[in-house]
Formats: sequence, C-alpha cells, structure tokens
Amino acid sequence: MDFQVVILAGGFSSYLVPLVAKEVPKALLPVANRPVLSYVLDLLESSNLKDLIVVVEGEDAALKVGGWISSACVDRLHVEVAAVAENVGTAGALRAIAHHLTAKDILIVSGDIVSDIPPGAVAATHRRHDAAVTVMLCAQPVSGPSESGGSGGKDKTKKPACDDIIGLDSLKQFLLYIAKGTEIKKDTRVKKSILCAAGKMEIRSDLMDSHIYAFKRAVLQEVLDQKPAFRSLKQDVLPYLVRTQLRSDVFSDQSNVEENGNGNGKNNMQNNEVVLSQILSNASMPSFHQVYESGLGTRKTHKCCVYIADESKYFVRLNSIQAFMDVNRDVIGESNHLSGYSFSAHHNIVHPSAELGSKTTVGPHCMLGEGSQVGDKCSVKRSVIGRHCRIGSNVKIVNSVVMDHATIGDGCSIQGSVICSNAQLQERVTLRDCQVEAGYVVCAGSEHKGETFARK
Amino acid sequence: MASRKKRAAKISEDSEEEQSRRQRLQAILLADSFATKLLPLTLERPNVLLPLVNIPMIDYTLAWLESAGIEEVFVFCSMQVIDYLNNSDWYSHKDFTVKTIESPQNSTSAGDALRYIYEQQIETSQIQGDFVLVNGCIVSNMPLTQLIQEHRDRKKKDEKAIMTMVIRQSLITDHQLFIAVNPLTKQLLYYDEDNICFDKSLLDRNPSVLLCSDMQDCYIDICSLEVLSLFVDNFDYQHMRCDFVEGVLADDIIGYKIFTHEISSCYASRIENFRSYDMVSKDIIQRRTFPYVPDMKFSGNRTLKLERQGIYKASDATQLPSAHVGASYVIGHATNIGSGTKILNSVIGNGCSIGSNVVIQGSYIWNNVTVEDGCEIRNAIVCDEVKVCAGAIVKPGVVLSFKVVVGRDFVVPAYSQVSLLRQPMEEDSDEENLLSGVDLQMESKLGLDGAGYIWRQACEDEWKHSVPPIPKDKLAEIIKAIDDDDTDDESVVTTSGDANTSINNDLFDFEREVDGTFLRAVEENIVADLAVLEINSLRLSYNMESAHCAGAIFYSMMKLAVSTPHSSINDLYRNASSIITRWKGLLGFYVKKSDEQIEVISRLEEMCEESAHELGTLFAHILRYMYEEENDLLQEVAILRWSDEKAGADESDKVYLKQCEPFITWLKETSDDEDG
Repeated sequence: MDFQVVILAGGFSSYLVPLVAKEVPKALLPVANRPVLSYVLDLLESSNLKDLIVVVEGEDAALKVGGWISSACVDRLHVEVAAVAENVGTAGALRAIAHHLTAKDILIVSGDIVSDIPPGAVAATHRRHDAAVTVMLCAQPVSGPSESGGSGGKDKTKKPACDDIIGLDSLKQFLLYIAKGTEIKKDTRVKKSILCAAGKMEIRSDLMDSHIYAFKRAVLQEVLDQKPAFRSLKQDVLPYLVRTQLRSDVFSDQSNVEENGNGNGKNNMQNNEVVLSQILSNASMPSFHQVYESGLGTRKTHKCCVYIADESKYFVRLNSIQAFMDVNRDVIGESNHLSGYSFSAHHNIVHPSAELGSKTTVGPHCMLGEGSQVGDKCSVKRSVIGRHCRIGSNVKIVNSVVMDHATIGDGCSIQGSVICSNAQLQERVTLRDCQVEAGYVVCAGSEHKGETFARK
Repeated sequence: MASRKKRAAKISEDSEEEQSRRQRLQAILLADSFATKLLPLTLERPNVLLPLVNIPMIDYTLAWLESAGIEEVFVFCSMQVIDYLNNSDWYSHKDFTVKTIESPQNSTSAGDALRYIYEQQIETSQIQGDFVLVNGCIVSNMPLTQLIQEHRDRKKKDEKAIMTMVIRQSLITDHQLFIAVNPLTKQLLYYDEDNICFDKSLLDRNPSVLLCSDMQDCYIDICSLEVLSLFVDNFDYQHMRCDFVEGVLADDIIGYKIFTHEISSCYASRIENFRSYDMVSKDIIQRRTFPYVPDMKFSGNRTLKLERQGIYKASDATQLPSAHVGASYVIGHATNIGSGTKILNSVIGNGCSIGSNVVIQGSYIWNNVTVEDGCEIRNAIVCDEVKVCAGAIVKPGVVLSFKVVVGRDFVVPAYSQVSLLRQPMEEDSDEENLLSGVDLQMESKLGLDGAGYIWRQACEDEWKHSVPPIPKDKLAEIIKAIDDDDTDDESVVTTSGDANTSINNDLFDFEREVDGTFLRAVEENIVADLAVLEINSLRLSYNMESAHCAGAIFYSMMKLAVSTPHSSINDLYRNASSIITRWKGLLGFYVKKSDEQIEVISRLEEMCEESAHELGTLFAHILRYMYEEENDLLQEVAILRWSDEKAGADESDKVYLKQCEPFITWLKETSDDEDG
C-alpha cells in the first residue's frame, strides 16, 4: 500500500503533569509496563503498515523516543523520528515535516492511542472512496470512567466535555459536518448547500473523533500551504475540508501543474489511477458529490469519508490522568488482549523473577513487573506494579499504578494513585487519588487525598 | 363498521373496549387553506372545489378519508362548499358521516378555525378523542387506521405525545423544509422552512439527530384533543406549522412532543400552489394516486376510459382523426377537438371546444372552455368558460381565471395572472398616490375584444410556484443563493487561533443588558443589593468575569452622568460624583480586586477619549473622587499599577496619565512615607 504513516507522539503534555517529566515524554508513559507508543506501533504493524514517521515535540523528547524505538523495534519496522518545535500544533508539526511526505496518501495517527481498531480499515475506506480525507470515528465511552472508584482527584478528572458533534450522510459513509461541542455556544449551524445536496444528515453526538486520519497528501499539503494560520488538524484543517467539500479549491490548477511538472510519465499513470478509483467508487450509486458536481459543471468537490469502528472495539486516548488510570486498568483487566501478555489462571501476571513475601496476595487483574519485591502480608488488587519495585510489608495497593524502581515503605496504603518511577513512600503513608512525581519522597506517616506531589 | 367493533372487542380489555367503541375515527378537514397562493382563482371559487383532473379536489380528499377508515369527518368550509356538498352524494354514504362547519366571517387562519371548532366542541363535544387533522386539499391513498392506533398507543405510554405528523420523501428539489427527527423514536425535534440553526441542547438530549432537507410535509396530522386546547391557550397561533409546531418545539416547559411518520409506499400530497397543482395532476395521470385515478369511480365522477400511453378519454369526446395527441393526457366529456391540433401532457375538461391547428402543451384546460383556431397554450391553467380567441398565444406560467376572454392574436405575457375581477388592494398600503398609477396598469385589456385584468405580481419569484418547470438558470440561481448564504457564515468561522470574535459579541450583548438593568434600577430606585442580584444573574448567564461587570456598570454610570442635563463642567462633575456615591454599593461589589479596579480606570479612560471635551477634563477629578471620597472604590495599588502599565505606552495614550500626574506622584509619595 502506498501509505505513509505519521505518528504524532506529542511532547511533554501539560495535562499529564506530573506523570510526564523531562525523563518521560508522553509517548513513553507506561501502560502495563510498556510505553504507550508501543501499542500504536503494534497496531500499525498488525495492519502491515511499517513505513512510519514519529513526530515528537521538542529535541529532548525526540531523543528519548528515538532511543526507545531503536532499542525496541528497529528490526521490525522502518521508523523515522522527527523532532519539531514545541507548541506548533498538529498542523504545524505536519508543515515542519512536509518534505518527508512522499506517498500518495498519508495516515495520521495520534501517538497516545490504545486500541484494537485496525487502522488498515481506515486506509481501505479512504482508498475505496477516493476521499480527500477519511476520519475514523468510534463510540464515545458510555459508562463513567470512575466506575471502580479509581479516580485521580475529582478536579483533574473533570476535563471539559469535548464531545464531538458529527454529521453523517444517510449511508454513514461521508462526513458532512464536524464541530467540537465546547466550541458551539448555543446554536448549531449546518451548511445548507451540503445538507441539500445530501438530502439527509444524521447528527451524532455519541461518536468521537479518534484522531486517526487518512489524507490525500496533495490535499493536505495544499491546505497547509494555503492556510498558514491553521494550527490544529482536528480543529482547523478537518473542519475546513468538510466545510468546503462541495466547492473544493484544494485542487486548484496550480497544484495540478505542479503535479504534472514532477514527471511526464507520471501523468499517464495518474489518469489510470483516477479511472481505477472512479470504478471503485462508482460501483454502487453515485454519491451526492458526483450528483452535485454534474448539476453544476464548474464546481469541484472532494469527499470527506468516515470509518466508524465497531462498538465492541476498545479505544482510549491517553490524554489525561484519568485516562491513564483507565487504560492501565483496562489493559490488564477487561481488554487484556491488548496487552500482548499471557495471563495466569488467576487473571494476573506475576513475573517469575518477582518475589512475594508470605501471606501476600496478588489479586486478579494485577501485574507485577520483573524483579519486583513485595514484603509480607501485602495485598495488591487491580494494580500495575513496575519493574524492580521494592514494596515493604503490610502494604495495600488498590487500583493504582506503581512505576519502575519505586520504593514503598511498610504499612502504606495506596488507592487510586500513581507512583512514578524512583519515587519513594516512607512508612505508613496513606494515599488516596494522588499522583507522586518521579523521584519524589513522601514523608513517613502522612495521609493525603487527591493531591499531586511534585517538586516546584 | 360492525365487524371492526367486534374485532376491537376481542382484542382489548373490557374498559378499553368501552373506550374504543365510543371513539369513532374522526377527522377534521380544513377545507379553506387560508393561503393566497392560488389567487386569483380562489376569489371566485374556494380552492377545494377547483377541479383536479376534472374532479373537484375535495372529492379526492373525502374519498381517501372514507377508504382510509375514517367514520366521521368535519368539514370546516365556506357556504359555497356546503352548497356543493349538499348537491353531491357525500351525505348518503353508509358508515361515513360528513358534517360541515361553516366558517365564520372573521376566521382568517387555521388557528382561528381550530379555535372556532373548539368553541363548538365545548357545547357539543362532537370530537371524542384523537382525530385526523387534514389541512387543505390533499390527494392521498394512505391508510390511516394503523397510524391512528400507533398514535393512541404512544399517547397511552407518553401523555405528552400529542401529535403525529405525516411526512414523505420529496421528489421536488426546489422547496425548502428542514426538519430534524430522532431516528429511533421518530420524535420531531426541529422544523423550519428556511434556516438550519438549532440549539445545542438538542444534541445533548439526543445522541443522534437526523436532519433532513428532502422531506415533504403532507399536512396530515393525527392529533389529540390537547392540540385544540393549545390553540385556544395560545390565541396568537395562526398557522399550523409556523406557529403551532414551532411553538410546541420551542416550549420545553410543558414538554409536548410531536412525532413523525414517514410514508414510503403510499401517496400523499397537498396542493398549495400552481406548482403542486401541476405535480399532483401529473401524479394522478401517472396513477400514483391509485385508486383515485380518472378511470375509477370514487365519487360522483363519471369515469373516463384509459387508452394506451396514459391517455384518458371520455366516451363521448369527439376528436378529428387528424388531431395529434401525445402521451398522458386527459380529455373530458362532450369535448370537441378540431383537426390538426396538437395536445401533449395536458388535461382538458368537459364541454370544451378546441379549434383547429391549436397547440396545447402541459396545460390544464377546465370545463366549457373555448379555444379558437390557431392558438398556442403552453404550461398554463385555463379556467371554466374562458374564451381564447383565434391566434392568441398564452405563454408559460399564465393563469386565466373564470370567464376571461383573450382577444384575437393577443399574447398573454409569461407568468401573468388574469382575472375578470380587479386585484384586491392591500388595505394597509398608505401609498394612495401610487395606487392610481397601478390602476391604470391593471386596466390593460386582453386584446381587442378581450375581457380581464392582468394582475400585478405580488412577488418576484412567481416562477417558483407556477406550472412550467423551473428554468435551468433559476435553478442554478437557487443553488448559488444557498451557497452564498453559507459563504456569509464562513466569514464568521474562526480558526482555533483567534476565537475572540464570539466573545466580543457576547461582551457587547452583556454590556447592553447591564446598561438596561442599571437604567431600570435608577428609574425604579432599587436598592443596590437588589441590583447586584440582577447583575449577578446576567453575569452567570453570559459567563462573564466580575471585571467585565465592573467595567459595564461603570460605563453605564458614566453614560448616565453625561446624558443627565448639565450646564457646565462643574455640573457634570457633580452629576458623576452623585451617581458614584448613590451606586457605590453596586460598583463596589465588583471592584474588590485591583484587576477589576484597573478595568474601571481603563473604561474611564476610554470614555474620556470618546467624549473628549466634556469628560476628558474630569478624568483626574473622577479618579481622585473615587479614591478619596468613596473610601477605596479604587485603591492606590490599582491606580499605581495602572500608571505603571501606562508608562510604557505611546505618547498619544498618555494624555490622561499626564492629567493625573500630580495625583499619582502624591500617591507615590504617601505610600513611600507609609513604607518608611
């Protein structure tokens, strides 16, 4: 497949402080003791997409990510790591790496996805319709995230409701309208011309943009060049393409000339491709785009398609602390096929090199990393414990994530919290819904609820 | 009917059996459309009596209601219709009762009609429960019993479901109706004829909303009695759709719901203008409305014989063999057609005489019309007893009303409407002088021996509502207009980089509201605390910060001071200071922090710039007044910070800073002293 994949791996996301730090960019946050980026790479590999560009914000983060990739998967995948300046937005990042993009179609994937929806399906839909852009949508999680009480502080979990409002045609093939729920103050305006051309539009607020897009490269680059003010793919580029789908000016003559100028032999081939895609997309009824176009000869149209993932598929973006907790819980719990580990009969994973003291229980849906030690009379439930952690006696860990090399003293009780790597909890610390930054030391005997521990 | 009762009795429980036996299937037919779209014809004859493929429209509607299972229909109509019904055999049908309600003189809308029916209802209670409301002349063949049952079941489950509206996929593209329904429950969520702009809360309540632009409203509603009482409660409701439906949808306090029912296999269409008249006529000829087609007997009509190519011909119509007739046309009883005449896609009524070498295409010729030799009639409606003299040409889109005579060789211009009656003048037009000029224009006779007035066109877009197909260029125009509409929106659309415009708009609205509230507070002399409450509620609804409130209030105060009559600068100062003193409780509530105070200072600065000569000179005084006299409405921290911020500004911006320089130096000195 002539697809190039761009993974937008971000940098040090401010939503995830204190979990991310200089040492750990967002892409390397552990989910069940594997960096989140590895889930994305596995997902792409499963669809046989192996030509990847990982875009990271900031040089430091890029070095870290690049280091991990070269150690982990250089033999299987062809991965390039590109660093871009911080805070340029997703569209800015693509502008910065534009010279790397050569394939006919570009698949853009957010680097913080944990999912089992095949991205290959998006690519196929994109090709079948000869679309300018194809967006993958998935069902919005129905149940509240804090069902098991594993919440990381109420104020943090209450992120602004970013419901997407999405308009589809009657066959659920085309994207006719997209807006962010928070941006719409009161009135929702839909473009009449698109609605009239399509006849019907189903407006859904129970779908979510999954940040996996397939773009035609020519279209994407044209838009990025024409609109220097666009910063975000989701908020600027995509709505723009959807808005203008019935009077497309992204295929202006200029770009055609450019295309043709690239190679004379290419022209012929391109025509063939056009014919082929027309055959493919005309297999059934003509789409409203074509009807519209034939009605007014002068107008050009482009198609914005959607691929709607099955509801049973798992999809989470790791973009908040709450999401981090959820993903860790799900990957070792209900959706354990994602983790790639094989689970024991007790539905948990205890690494053979881990040491457990007497009368210590590790419940189902738990994970104990390599070389970790747990003292006597401990209880671990629904939690992930990293590698080489040292946990004292009489410790209770419920619904929490303990990252590598953390030290937890005797008699601690931890609930719904995240302990980052190298952090230390002294004796008899009680934490509930807290986050402890990497390397932080929590004093003995203290009791905290819903707090964040970080060095200023 | 007896058998139906038996069946119902078997199915239902005892109590329900009682109820369903009492509830006959009833319908209200508003046989007066209250619309002016069919003028000038409706001046002389009510629209339900106009012939549609040679049969009065009301016969189609009544025949459908009877076969759809309705047992009793109330026809709300004028005297003329009652006369017609008296002469017809509709009263003698078994199991189908037709009752007429004569429309009172003053009823001018569907709302008035329903209110009148409700008044009668109180006395007679003739409508027992859910009923079918048929609005105008409708040609349909859809069954109703099932739908009524569905409506009743839904009503039983949900008290608020008071109406079910019938819609169907529309084949015409030139009308506009935007509706939104919930795809699961089919509840109607939005109904608008020219705009799509709905509240976001709609989406919060419904995860999925189906927005349609290709639906047509059939004007057939299954209503519960609540609908009538709603019309009485809201005495300003006139139109069934514009007022009632939109009113119900907008009102989320009572929470009445309207549901939709989409029909696909059966036919239902309303005649509201000449265009739909043409559409429905063609549908009848093409037998979409079966069994209501010219070769079936469904009312008092005499059947025609169906020949090949969709030609319906009366047995006693005579047609010379040399006359050429094309596909799908209808020819009535006792009509003669001369030699060499071409007729295509047209309907010709009873007792007409058509001369030789006439061309009639896509037209509707009613009864007893005389068309002399060599005429040409295209896409026109020609009413009863019209005479078109030899050689006349009737252009597309023309309507010739009753008994009009078109003179020899006269060309009736396209889209004109001709009547023997003068065009009624709009009563409220106060341009008397203009009218006389128009009168002259109206006198225009139809050729030498013609009779009739050509009416002035009320609106520009008559091509939208007339018989002939819409010309290509107009169609393109419509699409372009829609596009342009959207382009206007586009300019409003902002990128994520600058989302300020909408906030600015909000701010503007907010300030206007605050101003209004403040002035009212001054007028009614409200205690400051109460004013604070009001402003607070505004602030919450607009989601503003208290700095915005402070700015807005201060702006209103100063505006009041300036607008209060004053003779000198000193007067103005006194005004301003007294207002500040009077309302310091209100302003003080919002200026507790120095940010808010700085906002106030900069507002003062802005105002001074706007009314440079008056308020400008007072800047320092007012500032000082607010600092000294009114105990810390402004605190020195804020004033000093403001002056620091200003220090770096352009020279032109520093006018007021300089004005109060002595004051600020003094402030600085005292604060230094205190520190020392």
